Amino acid sequence: MTDVAASPGNSNVASATPDTMSWDSRARRVMMIYLPLSCFVLILLFPFYWMAITSFKPNAELLNYKEHNPFWITSPTIAHIKHLLFNTAYPTWLKTTMFVAIGSTTLSLFASTLAAYAIERLRFKGSPYVGLGIYLAYLVPPSILFIPLATVIVQFGLFDSPMALILVYPTFLVPFCTWLLIGYFKSIPYELEECALVDGATRLQILRRITLPLAVPGLISAGIFSFTLSWNEFIYALAFIQSGANKTVPVAILTELVTGDVYQWGALMAGSLLGSLPVALFYSLFVDYYVSSLTGAVKE
Amino acid sequence: MSVTTLPSRVVAARQPGWIVRLFDYKPFLIVMCLAPAIGLLAVFLTYPLGLGVWLAFTDTTIGQRGVFVGFENFQYLLKDPLWWNAVFYSVFYTAVATFGKFALGFWLALLLNNHFPLKSLLRAIVLLPWIVPTVLSALAFWWIYDPQFSIISYLLVDVLHVRSTNVDFLGTPWPARFSLIVANIWRGIPFVAISLLAGLQTISPSLYEAAMLDGATAWQRFRYITFPMMMPILAIVMTFSIIFTFTDFQLVYAITRGGPVNSTHLLATLAFQRGIAGGELGEGAAIAVSMIPFLVFATLFSYFGLARRKWQQGEAND
Repeated sequence: MTDVAASPGNSNVASATPDTMSWDSRARRVMMIYLPLSCFVLILLFPFYWMAITSFKPNAELLNYKEHNPFWITSPTIAHIKHLLFNTAYPTWLKTTMFVAIGSTTLSLFASTLAAYAIERLRFKGSPYVGLGIYLAYLVPPSILFIPLATVIVQFGLFDSPMALILVYPTFLVPFCTWLLIGYFKSIPYELEECALVDGATRLQILRRITLPLAVPGLISAGIFSFTLSWNEFIYALAFIQSGANKTVPVAILTELVTGDVYQWGALMAGSLLGSLPVALFYSLFVDYYVSSLTGAVKE
Repeated sequence: MSVTTLPSRVVAARQPGWIVRLFDYKPFLIVMCLAPAIGLLAVFLTYPLGLGVWLAFTDTTIGQRGVFVGFENFQYLLKDPLWWNAVFYSVFYTAVATFGKFALGFWLALLLNNHFPLKSLLRAIVLLPWIVPTVLSALAFWWIYDPQFSIISYLLVDVLHVRSTNVDFLGTPWPARFSLIVANIWRGIPFVAISLLAGLQTISPSLYEAAMLDGATAWQRFRYITFPMMMPILAIVMTFSIIFTFTDFQLVYAITRGGPVNSTHLLATLAFQRGIAGGELGEGAAIAVSMIPFLVFATLFSYFGLARRKWQQGEAND
């Protein structure tokens, strides 16, 4: 099932058939489907609601549940966000995170497109094993690697530099993207390339003018995955970066904003909200690619 | 094939240079294409993995080259109650969280597999916990678990009146352990649900039609069609989930940092505490390496899941 576009259609058929047959009453459907579904949505979204509402609450309301209903804001304020943007290094952290995420995404897309093309299209002896090897690399978790990697980073003189993160993130991005793109290349008819080859095009021309343009949806979803994964990454950024200005948002919020015994919950939640927004926005723009490529990749 | 004739005409007009012809030599092109990916993985993954195993057998500290000490680090760990504690909690955390994620995720997948309006919007919403950086949602949970201002305590004490005092979520070992597991399940549900949903959609509707003609109940359809058909994908997704739950770091580091009294240390957070924060690189590496046997076990689990898939498709002889 590499044809991802066909999946919504399939689902309707698959789900509608058992339903219509066992469809006793509307009430039963509400109890069995809509009620549990609403509970799921409520619980899955509640932390975000709580995060958002805390960001806009004045401190008086934030710590007083007796006089103010905690689920609502009576006098919203942007003081926390102002504090975050003007009294902390938050804009710098955002910039660093963006730089690291874009850098590592570009590098990973470059490396994994070529690798996926070689494995899927240039078929050579042992190409399935190379594919398997790259895939297995994804199963090596960062928690095992961060200590020896820290010494490698120090040896390369990259300690405390965003470059270290840009070079290290591809270790988990490349396996993922390669795996995704192999699936995509598979869905492009090989005949197109053969025709071009017969017409005298070179391999690189075929890659640039035929295969890549057709693989654009795959490249986009691989790009979104890489971007969100590098924005999300924590343990390497915590271990390899020391100075405040070079920290990424998740690490900086936890190590620079959490200070003392009295936590500034308003500012902390505002920081979390602002740090989540770029990823959430970016993702909502391409949500269809995202879901279909995820489901497509799983079906492989 | 009008698409392909257009570029080819351009090609014919130009005589390719020697570099272009070199790239047309297939073995060279293959090597060039694989070089960036393999190079990155070799330098920043394979080499550190080997180095990590080597470090685990040395007494390296930060700023000081270590010497080979054999199994000393591991012998020390076996006598260290904190290491045993981390092993216990890592296994417990993984087992309970994985069970919770799969039970709820599977249920959500079955719900989402029904036909109703705004289906794609709902799928997008459901994925949010998985998209948002873990540390940032962990902070939201930290605030939800606050000893004084927890919204859960507020609900239990002031709204529902089922308790008289606030819950001390993160101050005592067992509540802290379960609080972290709940946060982990919350974060893991979307991935499990969407992956299993994809699996559900590959099951042919004709199977259900045939079963219903034979008079199978809804439970029988689930037990004898849905569940066995989902086995291979369950095995894969579960292996992923087990590996990444067992080696989890961010959630625990963000919410409890291993406390109270080291009761919520996972092997990964203990390795960080000893290796990076404490400077004992050798010992930290040994703790990290001690995760490998558990991970190998999880991967074998997946292998047997896949083997079962072959058996189901009648390819037992290959």
